Amino acid sequence: MEDLVRRLSEAYGPSGAEDGVREIIREEIKEHADEIRVDSMGNLVARKRLADGKVPRIMIAAHMDEIGVIVTHVDEKGFLRVAPVGGLSALFVSACTFVFQNGIVASAGVEPLAGNNVPSMDKLYLDVGASSKGDCPVSVGDIAVYRVSFQSQCGRWIGKSMDDRIGCAILATLFKQATQGNSDLYAVFTVQEELGCRGAVTSAFGIDPHIALAVDVTRTGDVPECLPMNVSLGKGPAIKVKDSGMIAHPAVRERLVHLAEEKNIPYQLEVLTGGATDAMSMQLTREGVPTGCVSIPSRYVHQPGQIVDCQDCLNAVKLLDAFLDKPPFPG
Amino acid sequence: MIDTLGLLSPLPGVSGQETPVREVILDLAARHADEASVDSMGNLFCLKKSGNNQGKRVMVCAHMDEVGLMVARIDSNGLLQCRAVGGIDPRVLMAQQVSVGKDGILGVIGLKPIHLSKPEERTKNPTIQDIFVDVGASSHEEALQSVHVGDVATFTTRFERVGDLVKGKAFDDRVGCAVLLELLKEEFPWDLHAVFTVQEEVGLRGAKVAAFRLDPDLCVVLEGTVCDDLPDKKDRGRTTRLGNGAVITSRDRSVVCDPRLVSTLMKVAEREGIPFQMKRPLTGGTDAGSAHLTGTGVPSCVVSTPCRYIHSPASLLNPRDVETVLRLLRASLEELYSAVGRRSSSSPPC
Repeated sequence: MEDLVRRLSEAYGPSGAEDGVREIIREEIKEHADEIRVDSMGNLVARKRLADGKVPRIMIAAHMDEIGVIVTHVDEKGFLRVAPVGGLSALFVSACTFVFQNGIVASAGVEPLAGNNVPSMDKLYLDVGASSKGDCPVSVGDIAVYRVSFQSQCGRWIGKSMDDRIGCAILATLFKQATQGNSDLYAVFTVQEELGCRGAVTSAFGIDPHIALAVDVTRTGDVPECLPMNVSLGKGPAIKVKDSGMIAHPAVRERLVHLAEEKNIPYQLEVLTGGATDAMSMQLTREGVPTGCVSIPSRYVHQPGQIVDCQDCLNAVKLLDAFLDKPPFPG
Repeated sequence: MIDTLGLLSPLPGVSGQETPVREVILDLAARHADEASVDSMGNLFCLKKSGNNQGKRVMVCAHMDEVGLMVARIDSNGLLQCRAVGGIDPRVLMAQQVSVGKDGILGVIGLKPIHLSKPEERTKNPTIQDIFVDVGASSHEEALQSVHVGDVATFTTRFERVGDLVKGKAFDDRVGCAVLLELLKEEFPWDLHAVFTVQEEVGLRGAKVAAFRLDPDLCVVLEGTVCDDLPDKKDRGRTTRLGNGAVITSRDRSVVCDPRLVSTLMKVAEREGIPFQMKRPLTGGTDAGSAHLTGTGVPSCVVSTPCRYIHSPASLLNPRDVETVLRLLRASLEELYSAVGRRSSSSPPC
């Protein structure tokens, strides 16, 4: 899985421009799919029937998009003004290097700040080295993402946009290896999650699943002086109880817990105080869908260097595989 | 088209109470539409059929509602305490005249005269709680004879020409309604569903159920949008500029417009020599925010007319920009359809 994680982490794919990520995943899984299609919003939907007869449609979603900054203005001297695409704070942007789809790299600059103030977006600009508007190789509407190369060390994976490329890698791996189970699997690689879980709205409507799961990252409470949270790196995938967008269906959550204990897969329970996932959209689709979420603990979510634990990811694949075999609402 | 705008602009149509606007639009549309209907929320659907439609459906929409005030409480002395309906900066309300309730009685938003205000008061911005509408009543009972809690109030602005521009209220989005009425006169090779939506200003609500009902192959939203082109020393960019032509949105806060539709609009505008400008990304939200998330996803885009001072008593727009929007739509609608094609239906798999 590591090679796939590397390729996905380093791929360019901000919200609304996920094409590159979609192609990597499509190439990876297309041989294994009974059906594969891209819907009108750009979600990649891959279906694999794991059993004949009456089995539930299970939608598992991982989002392809990542956060970034969009150019709102190119000034006469060739400096770029930007706005965040997704939850990106000016503090993160101010000291980073970015890259555009065409490979152009940009440094972030900050206007002088009074005292020790934290910068705001309107004090920031990007600099691609252009000397005028005329020779600036990017234009208004272009989006840049963090420029970070992937690294594997200490049993951890470090790179940009583990939110949610790690979910994509886990779902693609699961999709390839799942051969039997009591479900009709729809693996959906969604778009525009960072803009409000949008891709999952329309893909879930089209699939009309009986059960839905999101695979996404969650923050941890295991770094110095952080907000307390009962999730740590390396202690297993987190089974979500609630976040600010969804309360997991108790039967889905309990089944995940039960299966983890039965198969000796380490797990943690997650209560996230800020943030939401595609599960929020899927749960409220049509007449309502029993929905849960398997989260991968990640440090420094939405920052350039996000860290996840390799074993947590491999265990997430095992847990999801077990779920497909024994879903809580069979047939 | 500008005459139509002049007719629509003064009508009261605060979100949720769009009836006066809908009645006039229905009257104007009746001559050109084959069918018209109103849904449970108040959206007006005007269908222009094509001879050979094969079930192809295009939704073009503009919202009828405007921002305004709602009476929240009537004081013992007959003054009306109000709340904003939609995005209103309280500063635009000061010393304005408004029309209140179904009977449109005149109200004045008073401001303490300069003789009495302290210097510090003059530099402080009011909140909506500081603002009262005075309808000339001297008691709660007297006010109740013409006003009730829940009544809405709109500005009393006259529509008139200002140099090469026109001035009026509610150009956001009566200008879109005026363009859409014009489009109804055209013939297309698919069914045109012209939808005049409600409650856009309070959260893109009408378009949500309208798009669900139609489940169209694509949706084009017509808007009157922010224009901030006044002189500024800093080189920080503009949302749009007056007189620079039709505004094409790549993405705003509510939607990433379908890239196929955006590039088709740009391509057609360039080919036909129609002036256009790209809106600054991530400013504002539109009915496309609701439409594109409907069913299995409706490819959506937005074409706007730049308007200075929207969400205030007096907006200005350039009639040439409105003509440009209409030209762009006439020239591009068929290609927009070809760019996305027929959608499969939103029925679930078996």
